[in-house]
Amino acid sequence: MSERSVRMTVNGEVRQASVEPRLTLADFLREKCHLTGTHLGCEHGVCGACTVMVDGAAVRSCLAFAVQADGAEVTTIEGIAHPDGELSAVQAAFRDCHGLQCGFCTPGFVVSVTAFLRDNPGPSDEEVLDALSGNLCRCTGYQGIIRAVHQAAGTLREAAGA
Amino acid sequence: MKPAPFEYHAPESLPEALALLSELGDEAKVLAGGQSLIPVLALRLTVFANLVDIGRIAELAGIERRNGSLRIGATTTEAAVGADAQVASSVPLLARATPLIGHFQIRNRGTLGGSIAHADPAAEYPAVALTLDATMEVASPGGRREIAAGDFFDGLWSTTMAPDEMLTAVRFPVWGGRCGFGVEEFARRHGDFAMAGATVALEVDEADKVKRCAIGLIGLGSTPLRAGGAESAAVGSSAREIDAAEIGRRAVDGLESVPADLHGSASYRRRVGAEMVSRAWAAASKEACGE
Repeated sequence: MSERSVRMTVNGEVRQASVEPRLTLADFLREKCHLTGTHLGCEHGVCGACTVMVDGAAVRSCLAFAVQADGAEVTTIEGIAHPDGELSAVQAAFRDCHGLQCGFCTPGFVVSVTAFLRDNPGPSDEEVLDALSGNLCRCTGYQGIIRAVHQAAGTLREAAGA
Repeated sequence: MKPAPFEYHAPESLPEALALLSELGDEAKVLAGGQSLIPVLALRLTVFANLVDIGRIAELAGIERRNGSLRIGATTTEAAVGADAQVASSVPLLARATPLIGHFQIRNRGTLGGSIAHADPAAEYPAVALTLDATMEVASPGGRREIAAGDFFDGLWSTTMAPDEMLTAVRFPVWGGRCGFGVEEFARRHGDFAMAGATVALEVDEADKVKRCAIGLIGLGSTPLRAGGAESAAVGSSAREIDAAEIGRRAVDGLESVPADLHGSASYRRRVGAEMVSRAWAAASKEACGE
């Protein structure tokens, strides 16, 4: 099957490669861009570990082909921290609240929560649970993650008000 | 978990897409948001030699009011439908069903047309389209035609579209007057396909008598279904006096092909379905009567 050339901006950097159409966006990021922070758990859209932002929208990168993202702007977990390496509010809150243990699911959670809080800066408890329902974690029991989302929301609101 | 190889086509106009589909025939499948198609390709439950990605055809996305209906382009994402003020005010049932689809990350890519053309009996949009008597706009190289929702779903994941036809838009009638709408689902985990669910639309007259109503059933057959018997029994009766539980029992009465699997027997799903109808009816009735 013929390969196609794709070009997209990943974390601000232009990436170009010739790929098989069946290559998922997740595999493109991991294998062609060597950005292995995007994790692959189930590879059929259930676990959420591979969540990245495509043109600002949080999506499952295992449920998109790289060819579909031709021309798009992609943000992965590697693009979430500040350029000087300082953790983002969401990342810092996950650390502070024990929102991770083994860390496998964490990139997907952090990207999902980053997009969620951008669109809904003052979520209710129920909205937080709903937003987290698309990501699976097998270690934490979720309580630390839920606390992290609320803490990050507070930090971001303060920063916006300041 | 890796799809089999395929050729990828990304037409930028509808005629180009239709020509490709016609030329490639059975070898080709339309790719919209991919949130149903890519998992089945990844699991290799199905294989296609060609995928025709319609995501770059600008004219297929968008929401507009046309006379008495709201027309939604096939590639409009579920997230866009859920966030649209016109959908919320003109077709509340569609707006209320949207948050029940998967998770927000899925709705960011999944499309209205993809969901309806995929025709999963446990999915929300096919049931909403059937409940509201939506009109499907389909196109082929030979021209365009319309299919009533009632004639569109003809089996599990199967529609009456011809192999060279493609769903381009869906028109949802806007209900006026004293109306109420309800959608209820039961799933073990949030975002899973429902074990059973129901959609209800109803309109009452000045005296709170049911003028018209529609009851849709989710996950209780090989297609989305309408509970015609329960609907006709309710029309003409006072909405305030109707027993919602009785409507629920009646709606699942006589269902013939209720699915059964390790998540639940047919009889269990039937009972869950009755309860979902009852709750959706109660909510819709309350809203219509202005309680």
